[in-house]
Amino acid sequence: MNKIPIGDYFEMFIDWLMDNFEPVFEGIKSGILWVIGGFETALLSVPSLVMIAIISLIAWKVAKRRVAIFTLLGLLLIDNLNLWDKTMESLALVFTATVIALVIGIPMGIWMARKDGVDRTMRPILDFMQTMPAFVYLIPAVIFFDLGKVPGAFSTIIFAMPPVVRLTNLGIRQVPKEVVEASKSFGSTSKQLLLKVQLPLATPTILAGVNQTIMLALSMVVISAMIGARGLGEEVLKGVTQMQIGKGFEGGVAVVILAMILDRITQALGTSSTK
Amino acid sequence: MSKVSVKNLYMIYGNHPKKPLALVKEGISKEELLEKTGHGIGVNNVSFEVEEGETFVVMGLSGSGKSTLIRCLNRLIEPTAGEILIDGQNIVGCSKETLLEIRRKKVAMVFQHFALFPHRNIWNNVAYGLEVQNMPLEDRRDKAFESLEAVGLKGYEESMPTQLSGGMQQRVGLARALATDADILLMDEAFSALDPLIRKEMQDELLTLQANMKKTIIFITHDLDEALKIGDRIAIMKDGVVVQIGTPEEILNKPADAYVKEFLQDVNRVKVVAASSIMKKPDAIVSSKDGTRVAVRKMKESGISSIFVVDKDRRLQGIITIDDALELLKQEIHSIESIIIDEVHRTSPETPIIDLLPTAINTKYPIAVTSEDNRLIGIIVRVSVLAGILGEEDSDE
Ligand SMILES: Nc1ncnc2c1ncn2[C@@H]1O[C@H](COP(=O)(O)OP(=O)(O)OP(=O)(O)O)[C@@H](O)[C@H]1O
Ligand SMILES: [Mg+2]
Repeated sequence: MNKIPIGDYFEMFIDWLMDNFEPVFEGIKSGILWVIGGFETALLSVPSLVMIAIISLIAWKVAKRRVAIFTLLGLLLIDNLNLWDKTMESLALVFTATVIALVIGIPMGIWMARKDGVDRTMRPILDFMQTMPAFVYLIPAVIFFDLGKVPGAFSTIIFAMPPVVRLTNLGIRQVPKEVVEASKSFGSTSKQLLLKVQLPLATPTILAGVNQTIMLALSMVVISAMIGARGLGEEVLKGVTQMQIGKGFEGGVAVVILAMILDRITQALGTSSTK
Repeated sequence: MSKVSVKNLYMIYGNHPKKPLALVKEGISKEELLEKTGHGIGVNNVSFEVEEGETFVVMGLSGSGKSTLIRCLNRLIEPTAGEILIDGQNIVGCSKETLLEIRRKKVAMVFQHFALFPHRNIWNNVAYGLEVQNMPLEDRRDKAFESLEAVGLKGYEESMPTQLSGGMQQRVGLARALATDADILLMDEAFSALDPLIRKEMQDELLTLQANMKKTIIFITHDLDEALKIGDRIAIMKDGVVVQIGTPEEILNKPADAYVKEFLQDVNRVKVVAASSIMKKPDAIVSSKDGTRVAVRKMKESGISSIFVVDKDRRLQGIITIDDALELLKQEIHSIESIIIDEVHRTSPETPIIDLLPTAINTKYPIAVTSEDNRLIGIIVRVSVLAGILGEEDSDE
């Protein structure tokens, strides 16, 4: 039997998208660039020591003191390694991808929770998005958006979005049936049901999804550096491609520190919302 | 005009409920329909009227369609065919706006598992129905407080639901339904999740409230005692069909068919009235760690000649008598351990009272009602067994 040309079809599909939706991609591109630029400016506009103090304070406020101390020491180390600017660049990319993933993902999760049909169609798509090796997204991303930060952010968004969609859906579906009935029986509109009952009760679960989305976004930092997203990923990549083991290791340490800080802070947000 | 009037109501579960409607009207059985079309019958050609101020009880075995029926009345479940008139207005097929208005102003619901909003404090739970109508904060707060006072929960306004016992949570559920001033209350096994004593207390409370409020209540229960106690009229359902409607007397005296008769066997009171319905709260008890002096004082205070002894987990240890205790006191022994008599008659809350009769005649001491793990949940004195058999309920009050 002949090979089914799935690959060819995919290429044709991408070409067709390019031919017909070029302006759309341009729009998306400038949108993403604008958000990244905003985050970068915000993160880099204050001296590193001030920023370190601010982030540590946030950690102290939302999480335990231990987390705050770790945050302080970790960020000081990054600064000391001369990786501050690169770290903030990566952080800006992670924030951008996360924010966009949440802006699309949470409403999508709500929609899935409300319509069983949407739930059934979205499930396999989400599985696909999440299990497809992240590298595969790089190619179309580059075709649509050239090299640079935008395709990096784009593939990060696709890769990082599934958890928040899934957990928003799950969180809303987990609200006990009788509680939903109670809300309806007193004459809630579906918007009131959502805002006054379903979302508040789903918040801890949604925040767990946000946490996973951030972690996945961070895990894309190195991969997206391959298409020119720069930041810490670039350092790590240099370590690999130019045999600068020390440099690569330092970059890796910075990624790990960043991951731990973001993880602990967002997890603390999740647990504090259950109280 | 009846307050609620249901005419030829059908509710069919499944993807295309209208399709098998004709078959259902022809009288196809539940099993056959399920096999042929994959649809289930929830409510099958039900008609009844409920007058203003009446308490209408719906009974039936599990799966007979009671919950489905009551949820049709505020359209939490969409009826497949038929009419539901509330104050003369048909709510089947009415507009979204009309439905919201009915749910906000006319019909309120109390749920089996309370269904409180766990993230809201008590008064905000109670005010929920007013909040969705956009009533200003001050007003709805006042109303919620008033409503909580009516159900005896003054002082708990700022608590969270999990801090309250089951009985108190269901009072909140009731207060929430009362707060909107809806004059129809739908109660789906509202007291079924409560302990027997609390349950009885809630029934009494509902009767008291109802005496002043004159709501129209549609109340679902499994429990015949409950139905007889609070129902003005009772409907009995089987497989989605209402097989008989009538006052308790009518149903007892002229059961429509074998199914109803089966229910009525229960009405042979002695056979079915359970120990739990005649037991008293174990108010006077002593802990095995309490001293002799405490035990004597408690018995004197309550005017009783023997008292049950429990450990710190309320597990029953036995009983002591006033005579033995006084003897100990004379000898100045402070621990009551030595005089605990552990041969006490124990019974489960479900035991029919007729089975308690021999014990009641032979024993000197009250009978202890215990849970499976030997916790003391009630006390039955001899006279209440006799009174229970003679049908005088509440002889302990
Ligand atoms: N969502 C559903 N889908 C399909 N069938 C259902 C659904 N809900 C209930 N049924 C069926 O409809 C029938 C009536 O159920 P319903 O819950 O109204 O009974 P009930 O009298 O309230 O029982 P219980 O005393 O156990 O609460 C049952 O046979 C049940 O299996
Ligand atoms: Mg039910």
